[in-house]
Amino acid sequence: MRRYIIKRGVLLIPVIMGVVTFVFLLIHLIPGDPVDMMLGETAQQADREMLRTRLGLNDPIHLQYYKFIKGIVRGDLGDSIHYNRPVLEIIIDRFPATLELTLGAIVIAILISIPVGIIAAARQYSIFDNSSMLLALLGISMPNFWLGPLLIIVFSIKLGWLPVSGMGGLTYLILPSVTLGTSMAAILSRMTRSSLLEVIRKDYITTARAKGLSELVIMVKHALTNALLPIVTIIGLQFGALLSGSIITEMIFSWPGIGRLTIQAIITRDYPLVQGCVLFIALCYVMVNLLTDLLYVFIDPRIRLSE
Amino acid sequence: MKKNIPAIIGLVIISLLIITALLAPLLAPYNPTDQNLYQRLQPPGSQHLLGQDSLGRDVFTRIIYGARVSLKVGIITVSISLIIGISLGLTAGYIGGIADEVIMRICDIFLAFPGILLAIALMSIMEPSLNNVIIALSIMGWVGYARLVRGQTLSLKESEFVTAARSLGAGHLRIMLRHILPNLLAPVIVEATFGMGGVVVAEAGLSFLGLGTQPPTPSWGTMLNEGRKFLLIAPHLTTFPGLAIMIVVLGLNFLGDGIRDIFDPQKRR
Repeated sequence: MRRYIIKRGVLLIPVIMGVVTFVFLLIHLIPGDPVDMMLGETAQQADREMLRTRLGLNDPIHLQYYKFIKGIVRGDLGDSIHYNRPVLEIIIDRFPATLELTLGAIVIAILISIPVGIIAAARQYSIFDNSSMLLALLGISMPNFWLGPLLIIVFSIKLGWLPVSGMGGLTYLILPSVTLGTSMAAILSRMTRSSLLEVIRKDYITTARAKGLSELVIMVKHALTNALLPIVTIIGLQFGALLSGSIITEMIFSWPGIGRLTIQAIITRDYPLVQGCVLFIALCYVMVNLLTDLLYVFIDPRIRLSE
Repeated sequence: MKKNIPAIIGLVIISLLIITALLAPLLAPYNPTDQNLYQRLQPPGSQHLLGQDSLGRDVFTRIIYGARVSLKVGIITVSISLIIGISLGLTAGYIGGIADEVIMRICDIFLAFPGILLAIALMSIMEPSLNNVIIALSIMGWVGYARLVRGQTLSLKESEFVTAARSLGAGHLRIMLRHILPNLLAPVIVEATFGMGGVVVAEAGLSFLGLGTQPPTPSWGTMLNEGRKFLLIAPHLTTFPGLAIMIVVLGLNFLGDGIRDIFDPQKRR
């Protein structure tokens, strides 16, 4: 297990270096002068020079790259132009909101998808199975930037049950979580169903049935535990989609997380903040993927033994 | 295909999308940029089937013209992604060694950016426009195809027909293009069909965030972004463009499922 973790960790180094390099190059890929892009062409020469010095753009590129990496290692992602505060400090302030939203979406997705997947598999080709899988397909096809406003129209404007936007108690979390979690719920339901269908044809399920166990026990204890592997993988992989989806969801619901911060930083041309946000989200995603891989090994000892 | 109803529905939807996009000037009752400020935010009615937006433009007309944007972005982006992905995937899988390592590590780096984050990052340094959206989404989109093609190439290059071609004196390029490529196209076509749905949503998402197609070009995402400001008084501005996106993506998903069933009947469940 330790060897596997070390191997996965080592494989991650070039990926992280690649991500860091891309994020570093972002500011240098701006067509024309990045300072012009940030301050506008009408800005005073003195202001432009000040910003150029502050961002270290007068240094040779290899020195800028070195300083950028050194900064990251020390947890220094530079200062935001707009907020005039360290980028990392702003991101850390906003991260709990994104985490709350993402976890809310995962909880909603799991609560919906696992029971739906189990029932659909247990009653294959029934009306429930067909209609739930059609709904799942609708859920996958429905973009969250449409679902969010629709939920606001129905539950906030027409019914007045839930707040339109902002962050507060649990009521504020429901609509954004449903918006973000719907497509994951749809994917998970399909995955749970197909994974269970594969398992319930195995001999040990026939044995369990022959022993006279109830369908519920067979499904949950014997089938689901064995069908869990692909489900866990999908949850892990979907976490990335949630992180990316949270950008749009946070914009719809004015949720004060990193996603909204990223878009606001783009709008205000606050490039150090854009770089920080992109880097932070990508690194979170890479780490969650690593954890998913390790969890996978933990759940399935066969992978561990084959290493 | 005959018995695959969802696939037929998908094919009908996508055919309708193509016809709508091609014949937009003939089908649309109004000009998509014609404003009527005296009739702002009018709900659906007999004159304007899906209502009017904040500048009094006909929503139905703009949705019809929006199909052009979605189709254009979808086809061009998927084509560019396919060209890059197939070339790199074939090279990595066939040549192997360092080429494979380098290409796959580059793929890993691109895959470290979840969803449309990479496109958002690229759009942050480019002027928001349709062409730049295509560039950003193509840069993001090739990776999946490259990995798929590489995997297929790895198994196909060990096939007997490749050995036979080699023993007959066929060169590497000929083996790659004439023998391996045609045999790996089926899963690539399936992937491209699903991928096109992803591109349509991504374009609309970027436009929704204000980073994509810019007004007055009628894009479904831009229309949703405009509609968001008038949720309270004109929900139709949000409902219809979103419905259009969902129908098209659903159509592509149905079609993708159907094509997969044709190419790989074992996967049908």
